[in-house]
Amino acid sequence: MLKFILRRILETIPVLLCVAAMTFFMCRLAPGGPFDEDKQVTAEVRELLNKQFNLDQPLHKQFIQYITHLPTLQSFKYPNRTVGEIISQKFPVSAKLGFFAMCIALGLGISFGVIASLRPNTYIDYIPSSLAMIGICLPTFVMGPLLMLVFSLQLGWFPATGWGGFDGDLFFSSDMVLPSVTLGFFYAAYISRLTRGGMLDILTQDYIRTAKAKGASGLRVILKHSLRGGLLPVISFMGPAVAGLIAGSFVIETIFAIPGLGQDFVKSAFNRDYTLVLGVVMFYATLIILLNLIVDILQVTLNPKLKFD
Amino acid sequence: MINRILTGGALVLLAGVLAGCGPGNKPVDQGTPNKVLNITVGTEPEDIDPHVVTGVPEHHIIVALTEGLVAEDPVDLHPVPGTAETWEVSEDGTVYTFHLRGNAKWTNGDPVTADDFVQSFKRILTPALASKYSYMLFVMKGAEDYSLGKLKDFSQVGARAIDERTLEITLNSPTPYFLSLLNHYTWFPVHIATIEKHGGMVKRGSGWTKPENFVSNGAFKLKSWKLGRKIVVEKNPDYWDAATTKLDEIHFYPIELETTQENAFRGGQLHNIYSLHIDKIATYKKEHPDELRIKPHLASYFYRFNTTRKPCDDVRVRKALAMSLDRYSITENVTKGEQMPALFFTPPGVAGYTARARIEENVEKARQLLAEAGYPDGKGFPSLELLYNTTEGHRIIAEAIQQMWKKNLNINITLQNQEWKVYLDRQREMDYQVSRAGWTGDYPDPNTFLDMWTSWSQQNQTGWARDDYDALIRKAAVTQDQEARLELFQQAEEILMDELPILPIYIYTRVYALNPAVKNWHANVLDHHPWKHLDLEVKADE
Repeated sequence: MLKFILRRILETIPVLLCVAAMTFFMCRLAPGGPFDEDKQVTAEVRELLNKQFNLDQPLHKQFIQYITHLPTLQSFKYPNRTVGEIISQKFPVSAKLGFFAMCIALGLGISFGVIASLRPNTYIDYIPSSLAMIGICLPTFVMGPLLMLVFSLQLGWFPATGWGGFDGDLFFSSDMVLPSVTLGFFYAAYISRLTRGGMLDILTQDYIRTAKAKGASGLRVILKHSLRGGLLPVISFMGPAVAGLIAGSFVIETIFAIPGLGQDFVKSAFNRDYTLVLGVVMFYATLIILLNLIVDILQVTLNPKLKFD
Repeated sequence: MINRILTGGALVLLAGVLAGCGPGNKPVDQGTPNKVLNITVGTEPEDIDPHVVTGVPEHHIIVALTEGLVAEDPVDLHPVPGTAETWEVSEDGTVYTFHLRGNAKWTNGDPVTADDFVQSFKRILTPALASKYSYMLFVMKGAEDYSLGKLKDFSQVGARAIDERTLEITLNSPTPYFLSLLNHYTWFPVHIATIEKHGGMVKRGSGWTKPENFVSNGAFKLKSWKLGRKIVVEKNPDYWDAATTKLDEIHFYPIELETTQENAFRGGQLHNIYSLHIDKIATYKKEHPDELRIKPHLASYFYRFNTTRKPCDDVRVRKALAMSLDRYSITENVTKGEQMPALFFTPPGVAGYTARARIEENVEKARQLLAEAGYPDGKGFPSLELLYNTTEGHRIIAEAIQQMWKKNLNINITLQNQEWKVYLDRQREMDYQVSRAGWTGDYPDPNTFLDMWTSWSQQNQTGWARDDYDALIRKAAVTQDQEARLELFQQAEEILMDELPILPIYIYTRVYALNPAVKNWHANVLDHHPWKHLDLEVKADE
């Protein structure tokens, strides 16, 4: 297993380099630059700015400088912050939102999926399955404002926007509920569909019949014998899902005014904030690779048919 | 195992919910009696270094923290004493002598001296800092040459500290709006010693603007700045006019989305909606007229013509396009924010100036002009593309105009939307035919709207240039008599409206909402609201 992990980590280095190069050069090829604003600056000032931010150097030199000093580079848009500072301040917010959303998604998704699979094609199946369909069909930018309208503006239970309370430093606060639910519900829908499918596969297997014949209780059959196999599709889905969740959702963060990294992911590209784009992309790339590795390890541990090679 | 994790997660969430629930802890309900203003000014500020930033959100925050030589009257923004207690102007209007007050202090206790101002001017003009907005100081003698590196010796520039509390500024020519100009943050002083301690004078974003380092001289001081969450400023008790300051704290939230601003406002989290969504205007007019504010703004919405490309190189075509619009219909049915249909470029009433030039809206004449240009009834009209940056608001206006030109002139144009930076790039490179634009005045004077169409202006971007226009603007800059000066602007705008390198559409309004508890908030064309005068008042019946 150690060899497997080491090999995978070595494999990531060229992948990350490719990602960095593509991001860097695509950004540079895009028209416009970080200093283009409503009020145009003179050619002289533009030249001086380019010099101050080393944009007058040959591209390959800039690229090398960027990848070797990435976390300590200044953001173009927010010059008094470095790329590292911005990511370290904003990522924990996105990650926490993602974690809560994942809890909701797994809790709702797996229970709905299991329930639906127990009595396929009856009302017990139809109700959770239709709920899941609604969750998949209803995009977060509809769901979010809808929940906000009902639960914060009408009922006044939760604040409409914000993160971490008035001063933004609470570990839990009521303003985290609506965004987590909005994001979680969307993923719950997928997970419940996947769980239902996986469970239906497993429940018809011979070994389940054997377990039942041996007199195992219904609950034991589900929890002990079926879930382990039935959740395999969910586990494979979890890699990209977790990455997507903790990477932060641009939509949710914008709607609920949450200071997460998802917003920067999108906006830094619009702002031509060359350093921040590269920083955020590299950060996410590393994260996704890491999560996929974890998922692979989990799959091997859960599925005895797979081996580490 | 999984179940245990799930139960744990659910409990954690529930605990969070309960901890934050309960009535009465809404920021606005709590803030109003405690003199804490919760407000949004749109986007996250890029920085609060007045020599580096260029934006409007930055302005709102910087003016709370820093004070220039003069300040603004809260009602009509006329210059009132700021850090300078008094000042004199020389006979010819080119030399200003400012006497700084003895009790003006930086937040670290240092006195604010005349040399602080001189060094600050020097910093923003230093070529290596590459300040995008340094041109605001170019009215000062030698400033432009110094910023271009042509002049190396700063003592040749027209800013001199006569003694610790006397500052003399020499201008190129009498500039009637000079004192108003001083209220622009580019003229604000910065604490030089702090800047030098954190990376030096010409390093951008050296960290001196972080809350733990920042030193300022305004009515408020920086308390905290949490990226993406909020900037908190608190009352500065050592400010010379601290007795006037009513608020204890102002919390600036970066909330970009208009609908989110509105939800936060309705949900009791904000005292204002910075910009009200167009779809909500009618509702607010009906249901919350006490909160809704629609005020004229010192800004013009217009289209640029590329006068170097067919067909807009022909003035008859430009005229035909300009004359065949129904601007009233656009503001009434499309933009709906009580904007003023613009038949000229400079917003009316700026420093006593209202343009007498008018575009004539006359479809018959427009058709005739188009025919004269060689396109009778729109026949043979070349393809014409209208470029705008991707925003819903710009799209619907462009579509309305597209229809009007189709109906009135029988010409087809295509609409092309581009992402912001691409749009700016294409406009700069003159890679367009017609392009959407907007311009907000930097100071209340017609010059800020008219000098941009000179041949040397970076903002022109139409390829249009006229010697007589340039001459008028040059002459206005050295004319001391205000009446004669405004007359020169009148003549310039007449040329502009006759040649039409641009197509004025409407004069902006600011459409926003404000909690009635906010007092001393006076509407004005610059949308400036000197923070120290603002107050929060609990309604008597509560």
